[in-house]
Amino acid sequence: MAITEKDVRHLAKLASLGLDDAGVARMARELEAIVGYVNQLSEVDTTGVEPVANVSGLANVTRPDAAGPMLAIDAVLANAPARNQNAILVPKVVER
Amino acid sequence: MTTARALAAQVNAGASAAAAVEQSLARAQGDTLNAIIRVHADHARAQAASVDARVRAGERLPLAGVPLVIKDNLLLAGAESSACSRILAGFRSPYTATAVARLESAGAVVVATANMDEFAMGSSNETSCHGPVKHPKDPTRIPGGSSGGSAAAVAAGIAPLALGTDTGGSIRQPASLCGVVGMKPSYGRVSRYGAIAFGSSLDQIGPFAADVADAALALAVMAGHDGNDSTSAQRPVDSAELPADPLAALRGARIGYVAAHEAGLAEDVRARLELAKRRLVEAGATLVPVTLPHERYAVAVYYVIATGEAASNLARFDGVRYGHRAEGAKDLGEVYARSRVEGFGPEVQRRIMLGTYVLSTGYYDAYYKKAQQVRRRICDDFAGAFAACDAILGPVSPTTAFKAGEKLSDPLQMYLSDIFTIAANLAGVPAVSVPFGADRNGLPIGLQLQAPLWADGRMFALAAGIEALGR
Repeated sequence: MAITEKDVRHLAKLASLGLDDAGVARMARELEAIVGYVNQLSEVDTTGVEPVANVSGLANVTRPDAAGPMLAIDAVLANAPARNQNAILVPKVVER
Repeated sequence: MTTARALAAQVNAGASAAAAVEQSLARAQGDTLNAIIRVHADHARAQAASVDARVRAGERLPLAGVPLVIKDNLLLAGAESSACSRILAGFRSPYTATAVARLESAGAVVVATANMDEFAMGSSNETSCHGPVKHPKDPTRIPGGSSGGSAAAVAAGIAPLALGTDTGGSIRQPASLCGVVGMKPSYGRVSRYGAIAFGSSLDQIGPFAADVADAALALAVMAGHDGNDSTSAQRPVDSAELPADPLAALRGARIGYVAAHEAGLAEDVRARLELAKRRLVEAGATLVPVTLPHERYAVAVYYVIATGEAASNLARFDGVRYGHRAEGAKDLGEVYARSRVEGFGPEVQRRIMLGTYVLSTGYYDAYYKKAQQVRRRICDDFAGAFAACDAILGPVSPTTAFKAGEKLSDPLQMYLSDIFTIAANLAGVPAVSVPFGADRNGLPIGLQLQAPLWADGRMFALAAGIEALGR
């Protein structure tokens, strides 16, 4: 099945990846080749096979609902590209 | 080069950890392979002084004064970690990865950070934002990837121990190509807390070392449950002790092999594998033919599951809380889209897009769910094989180290370099690459041993036997 440039633009939007036109064209070619290879999975009969999500036998791991130590706020916020006291600054989200 | 065990014994007997660490720091600073991207001189000197003080106070530490190199996707508090991606340039971690912290508590000293493929996506260490790593024996060749810098650092004698991560072969393949031991533990054996996530159901942190016994020691120190990683196993950790006579473990052992593995191997790789099998029989092991009928689908399964998980994990890199933020974006959506396209390299973008595709509405059942079902078939194949043998011997990589640039422009060819290593990650089983000679050009060849889930300790004992047979 062909992966069109229109498909790639839709995926790029879902993935928040601001590809330019050249990037979209290149990606359509490359994804097509890889998806073509992956399509061999359709040969395998998987009727009634339970999908694997975890291989080590874990289920519903929980911990006590208790407060514990947390990271130092200053050390965490030191990585923010823009900061105002204990808040991270970003451009406006909603247009008025 | 001195093993980690011998060095720790010397330091525990009164030799200076500080001196050992200075030597390693000097080698890291003099690195000509681009294996090292960051030297932690201040941290290492302070940690070495603390080890010397602990030993003087009477403590005996399993890794006293042992220099350690960590992959750039492992966190060390206060130091930069960027997974060799522009999107994390300048990121300083507020905490230390559990595996790294446990090794340091046992006396190891982080001296430097190793180069890697960006976000561990690559098999040649050519996708790093810091440029490629050179193979220690031939600078025109690649060291393997994604943990290429860690493998090259141990091979070049910068440190006796290094950490890598392995999602589809990223420890074992570079270990094989560089001629050192590299081990991927059972899934859940080592906490992933503080490892920058790629494919969360596949990722494990594991050791590189000059010999099997050092790798076993490093694993024993860092393994075990961690409340900060809910997938870390609550099982007792195997002892690092290996039999005094490495060949003893081989007598009576049932070593499986997959006949289909021989097709497509470079001639010299196949010859070394055959030699290993002959020597195993001479050493008293029984060879058992086994089949893994769905292993041929492993690469396809992997490039659905790993990319799907990567697309989800890497959604957090959006230019808001840390890392690169695009200049002049006029709204938040543009901050995300432009920061990500500027920050991620081509291979990472490709995998995010592929992962987004296989998880998207209309394709999820055909790709992601299908891959999870074939993954079950692969797990069942291993269970069947391990009913008949203690471990499976085979190749790590179809070839020895290839030339830089040879596969970079063809993603699918690059993905197929991991054809023998990916199945272990899909099944969660432990696997190790053990050096077993070299090809006609002197390039190292490693052999892989895969063992049942949680048989990490038994696998090391058998691997030490194979290591002895290869000498």
